[in-house]
Amino acid sequence: MPRRFRKTPTPGKQQNDNEQRLLNMAKTIVAALVGAAVMGIGASAAQADTLSDVKAKGFVQCGVNGSNLAGFGAQDSAGNWAGLDIDLCKAVAAAIFGDATKVKYTPLSAKDRFPALQSGEIDMLARNTTWSTSRDSQLGFDFRAVTYYDGQGFMVKKELGVKSALELNGASVCVQSGTTTELNLADYFRSHNMEFKPVVFEAQDEADAAYNAGRCDAYTTDASGLYSIRLKMTNPDDHMVLPEIISKEPLGAAVRQNDSKWLDVVSWSHYALVAAEEFGITQANVEEMKKSDNPDIKRFLGEEADSTIGADLGLPSDWAVQIIKAVGNYGESFERNVGQGSPLKIDRGLNALWNKGGLQYAPPIR
Amino acid sequence: MTEISFVRDRFLTAEKPPVSESTALGWIHRNLFASWTDGALTLIAIAAIVYFLPPAIDWLFLSAVWSGPDRSVCLTVDQGGLLPSGWSGACWAYVNDRFIQFMFGSYPRDQLWRPLLVVAMFVALLIPMLLPKVPRKGLNAILLLIAFPIVAYVLLLGGYFGLSHVETPLWGGLMVTLILSFVGIAISLPAGILLALGRRSKMPIVRTFAITFIELIRGVPLITVLFMASVLLPLFLQPGNNIDKFLRALIGVSIFASAYMAEVIRGGLQAIPKGQYEAADALGLNYFQKMTFVVLPQAIKLVIPGIVNTFIGMFKDTSLVTIISMYDLLGIVKASFGDSGWITPVTPLTGLIFAGFVFWLFCFGMSRYSAFVERRLDTSHTR
Repeated sequence: MPRRFRKTPTPGKQQNDNEQRLLNMAKTIVAALVGAAVMGIGASAAQADTLSDVKAKGFVQCGVNGSNLAGFGAQDSAGNWAGLDIDLCKAVAAAIFGDATKVKYTPLSAKDRFPALQSGEIDMLARNTTWSTSRDSQLGFDFRAVTYYDGQGFMVKKELGVKSALELNGASVCVQSGTTTELNLADYFRSHNMEFKPVVFEAQDEADAAYNAGRCDAYTTDASGLYSIRLKMTNPDDHMVLPEIISKEPLGAAVRQNDSKWLDVVSWSHYALVAAEEFGITQANVEEMKKSDNPDIKRFLGEEADSTIGADLGLPSDWAVQIIKAVGNYGESFERNVGQGSPLKIDRGLNALWNKGGLQYAPPIR
Repeated sequence: MTEISFVRDRFLTAEKPPVSESTALGWIHRNLFASWTDGALTLIAIAAIVYFLPPAIDWLFLSAVWSGPDRSVCLTVDQGGLLPSGWSGACWAYVNDRFIQFMFGSYPRDQLWRPLLVVAMFVALLIPMLLPKVPRKGLNAILLLIAFPIVAYVLLLGGYFGLSHVETPLWGGLMVTLILSFVGIAISLPAGILLALGRRSKMPIVRTFAITFIELIRGVPLITVLFMASVLLPLFLQPGNNIDKFLRALIGVSIFASAYMAEVIRGGLQAIPKGQYEAADALGLNYFQKMTFVVLPQAIKLVIPGIVNTFIGMFKDTSLVTIISMYDLLGIVKASFGDSGWITPVTPLTGLIFAGFVFWLFCFGMSRYSAFVERRLDTSHTR
């Protein structure tokens, strides 16, 4: 406001005005900064179309496990990535480009993975991440396809003669501190009115070594981890994983929310793997199966003339064929990475197909 | 009067030196068993060596497995491998198999000549720099500190002159450790000198800036600086405009080292007697001349151990970049424990011993060179 229109101010008033003006200026600056930040996020949310971005840049940026979880995401000595999570990244690339090598991997630590996805550094997160409500809502991600149903389990020495986790009353249990694992352990023993002695370690390596040295009767962590830890034991055959699973850990791929098209591509890439197993389509017989008389299979493989499944997803019509050629079906990928074809030798268990007693179920592709 | 003068006309035959001074037995007596306490300590030390050394040598070398295609060569029969049960030894086959990865990370294997060429250039420029006899130090310094970083940047990152672009997330292993340390050292020494001079300056703005910078950086753990740079910064930037993560880590490590270096150098500046400053003033030297010709040469010579200590500390601190998902030597060794092709009970220990040995080589080298420089610059002010 121009000064001449003002009533003659008293000196005190003048000072107040000055303070007020400074305060307003500060408010404006803060508002501008916050506004810019919010607009930045808002702008990215409004124009979020990761599929088009990915097509434009020509590769999928996939966030994977940097600390190398055997069977899920690990690098071999030549620097090639392999694992169940990696296969999903490859499947997505194969579906979009027909070329499974068009993936760039960003190795991430457990702490780094969420900011990396939020900031757009990666397009999808396939890093053995548990799907939970808070990650789905509060962190602003979307999960849909579950690539591996994990859960917390126990490993014990065979010589203890324990056949079930319910017989572990009074046992000492090695566990990593500060994890949900530790809480699940306490909950499980309390709800079954059992006593236990926790032997807590800061790092997983220390916990492994302590259990190997016989400092505790049982070891608890996610079941998939137990199998790889068993391989580090001096005598792997002296140890067994108990059948009880005491928590639910559905591991799946995450994408940023408000981007359904991209979520569709990622989740249907997984469902294509599962459906292929259900149809009995393998890496080896996929070309033959194209000639199948089964209309479901023909539609799935893009051989029905009037089918627009691929186009509706924003993908080429032979997207499923490319996925299967690149990584095989879900069963093949499972056995190669974590199952009988790998050192881990994990049973299918919950990850068998729905019609074989497991939970892997693909919605109909039509 | 009797003649009492005596003139020796022949020399005595030389006696053998006493046993305690000459023979090996004497040396042992003087150095190892001079007193009862010395003797006891010697015996304890010998016992410790006899107890620990043979098993260590056996584990590291004699029982070790040196080559093989996969984990089965480092496993006993009970574990599903080839070796007799009860075996334990280092699995160097795994280090052998992973060696290129430990050195260069995921750098494309057909482009490995690029980092190798950079290493060759670095060695070719560094060795004449370190040897006092080789002339043309000025030209050498310009090449090493200005031309070399530019050439190395172009070679490693590529994207120019038909070289394919290799993104920094593919870099890893010892290469990352060395780049972080080299840049940290090259930036922190000059920046530290400027900050130290700034802190002792009479100009209030310069002084306040230097004090604020030093105290702010020293008051925060390096992990926090790296975390802020890697996790928080991207959330404020527009998606796609990310500053390269490696660059962020480089900046973090450099400003951190500069703050510590500044304090080390300030220690040297304060040890210079006031008379030196006054003498320089009396000669009519200006501030720049006074510092470059009189004060800094003496001050830096005094704090060489402190400077090298900071370098060594920084060299090892670079391992912290693992927490922001960049894989230096230690990080990439630890990450490789998860490879199901090489999981065995002895793999982690072997990998860590290897990483420790490589770190030790570099730190010991720096420490020896600093001792050499100290001796060379020694003008016997020792008290």
